[in-house]
Amino acid sequence: MSQPRTIIQKIWDSHVVCQPPGAPALLYIDLHLVHEVTSPQAFEGLRQRGLKVRRPDRTFGTCDHSTPTTPRDLPIVDPVARAQVEQFEKNCREFGIPFFGFRSPRQGIVHVIGPEHGLTQPGMTIVCGDSHTATHGAFGALAFGIGTSQVEHVLATQCLLQAPSKSFAVHVDGQLRPGVTAKDIILALIAKIGVGGGTGCVFEYRGAAIRALSMEERMTVCNMSIEGGARAGLIAPDETTFEFLAGRPFAPQGEAWDRAVAYWKTLPTDEGAAYDREVTIDASALEPMITYGTNPGMGIPISAPVPDPGEAPDAVERETRRKALAYMGLEPGKPLTGHPVNVVFIGSCTNSRMSDLRAAASLLKGRKVNPNVRVLVVPGSQSIKRQAEAEGLDRIFREAGAEWREAGCSMCIAMNGDQLAPGEYAVSTSNRNFEGRQGKGGRTFLASPLTAAASAIAGAVTDPRTLLG
Amino acid sequence: MEKFTAFESWVAVLPVDNIDTDQIIPARFLKTTSKAGLGDQLFYDWRYGADGNPKPDFVLNRPPGNRAQVLLAGDNFGCGSSREHAPWALTQFGFKAVISTSFADIFKGNALKNALLPIVVPAEIHSRLLKMLEADPLGTVRVDLASQTLALPDGTAVEFPVDPFAKTCLLEGVDELGFLLKHETEIAAFEQSHPAPVNTLSVKLED
Repeated sequence: MSQPRTIIQKIWDSHVVCQPPGAPALLYIDLHLVHEVTSPQAFEGLRQRGLKVRRPDRTFGTCDHSTPTTPRDLPIVDPVARAQVEQFEKNCREFGIPFFGFRSPRQGIVHVIGPEHGLTQPGMTIVCGDSHTATHGAFGALAFGIGTSQVEHVLATQCLLQAPSKSFAVHVDGQLRPGVTAKDIILALIAKIGVGGGTGCVFEYRGAAIRALSMEERMTVCNMSIEGGARAGLIAPDETTFEFLAGRPFAPQGEAWDRAVAYWKTLPTDEGAAYDREVTIDASALEPMITYGTNPGMGIPISAPVPDPGEAPDAVERETRRKALAYMGLEPGKPLTGHPVNVVFIGSCTNSRMSDLRAAASLLKGRKVNPNVRVLVVPGSQSIKRQAEAEGLDRIFREAGAEWREAGCSMCIAMNGDQLAPGEYAVSTSNRNFEGRQGKGGRTFLASPLTAAASAIAGAVTDPRTLLG
Repeated sequence: MEKFTAFESWVAVLPVDNIDTDQIIPARFLKTTSKAGLGDQLFYDWRYGADGNPKPDFVLNRPPGNRAQVLLAGDNFGCGSSREHAPWALTQFGFKAVISTSFADIFKGNALKNALLPIVVPAEIHSRLLKMLEADPLGTVRVDLASQTLALPDGTAVEFPVDPFAKTCLLEGVDELGFLLKHETEIAAFEQSHPAPVNTLSVKLED
C-alpha cells in the first residue's frame, strides 16, 4: 500500500514532467487562461524571441479588467484601456488562441467563464496571470496565479518551474446559520489566520460546512485563498461538482464523461494523509463578517466593535493598524453597523454569479435603495447577465434604484472607469479593501451580497439578518 | 539578464506590514501594454499629493531614500495581486533588494525573475536594522548574494536564505525561459503519455 496522499499531492504528482538536477520541477499546465492586463508584455516577449504559443488548444482568453461595464454598443472611451483590449484581441488572433472578445455575448470575468463553460475540471493544473485563479480550485483543480514572466513561460512551453507548496487543511465544521454565507466563511478564515497566514501553502477546504456549499459558493471560498496568503485553495470534487459540470460545453460527454468521473473520484485526499498545517472553523458560530481596515485580514463579525490598534502584538503592526484606521476614518471601539455608505458594489470574481445576484435581489425585491447610495450590480459574465434578465432580476435591481451593468471586473479593481471618489465609503462584495483599490482615496468594507444589499437599502452598514423574514 | 553582483547601498525605510501590490503600483497604471514608465508610478498614491506633486516627507522623495537601492519594509511585503508591474516598478526606480521578515509568494517569484532580491531576515534583525537606521539614516548595508549575506550598518553579517536555482539564475544571468525551452524532449514525451483533459479549440462557440 502506498503512502496516503492529499489531493494536492495527487495533482502535483500527476503533472511533474521532470525534475532537473538543482532546479525546481517542470510542472505541466492543463489550462492557461489569459486576459488583457497581464499578457501583453508576455506576447511581446514571444515575438522578440520568435516563439509560438506551444498549445493554443490548452489556452483560453477573455477581457475583463480594463473592460467597461457600460452598454457594449458604445466604444471604450479611455484610449489606454481601448488600446489594451484591442491589443489583447489582436494577440489572441495572431497566436491562434480562442477567446471571448469585448463584444462577445460570452465575455466575462476570467474566473467566471472558465467554470461556466466546463473548461475548469477536477484534477487539472490551471494558471492565469491573476491572483484569484484559486477560484477554479472549487472543482478540485490545482489553480494559482502567476506573473507575466510565467505567463510567457506557459505560453511558450506549457510548463512552469515550480517547487511544491505546503498543504494546509482548513476544516469548516458545523452548519451556517441563516444570513451567513460562503463569503463570511472565507472572511472569518482570513481574519483568523491573517493575510500572510497561508504563505507558502495550498489550502484544502474540508468539513461538513464546505460539503454543504453549492459550486458557486465553493468558488467564493476558494477565490479568496490568496487573501489568506495561499497561492491556491481547493475542495475535493464530489457529486455537487459532477452535477455542475455535466452538459457544459467543454465537459466530457458519453463514455469520456464516465471515464472522467471515475478518475475524479480517485482525487479526494486519502484517509490518514498528513497536512503540514491545519486550522478549524465552526461554521455554526459564524456571523456575517465585514472588514474595517485596509487589508482583508482586518475583518470582524458585523456586531463587533472596531478593534483597538493598541491591542496589536508588536510596534510595526500597531502602526500598521493605526494607519489603516486613519485611512478609513474610523474610531476603535465602535461597531460598523450604522456607518453611512456612499456606494454598494455587487460583483467581482468573488460574488457575481447567479446565486449572489439572487441573494441580493431577495432583499432588494419590493424595496428601494437609499437615495444617498449609488448601487452597481455587475454580473460576472454576459451569460449570467442574460440568465438574470430571464429570471427578472434586472427589473428588481432597477426598480430598487440600482444600476444593472455589463460584465467585467468593474469596481473590484477600478481600472475601467467604475470607481469610488476620494473619501467615499463602499460596501463591496469584492475581495480587496487595500487603500485606493476601488478608486484613489476610496474606502472599502468587504462583505457578502446579503450584507451589501441590506446596506444599500439602509444607506449604512447593516446586518442582513435584520431584514430576513 | 545581467549578472547580479554584490553592492552597498543606502536604505529606504518603509516599516509598514502587508504592503500590497496596489500600493506598490496602483491598478490604474496597469492599462499599459509595455513595461516603460512604471518607476515614476511606484508607490504613486503614497508618493504624490492630490496635485500630482511629490510629498516632500515621503521616504522615496528625500535623501537617502530617493537614491537607495535597498528597501526595508514590514512583514508580508507584496501581498495581493500577481501583477509583475510591482517588481518592474521597484527595479525601474532603482531598487535591487527588498528586506522584510516575509514576502507574499507570487511577489517573491516575480521579484526573483526581475533581478530584485527578496531578503528575508528574522524579526529581531529586522528591528535592529530599523533602530540603526533611525539613529543614522545614512547608514548603509551591503548585499552579497554569492555568500548570501547582508552586512548591517554596524558591520554585523547576517545570512539570508535564497532558493538555490534562483540564486544560480541571478548570479549567472540565466533566463528561466531559456532553461525551460531546453526540456522540449521531456515536455513532448509527457504530452504523449498524458492526453489533454480539455481542448479549448474543440468546441466552436457561437459568437
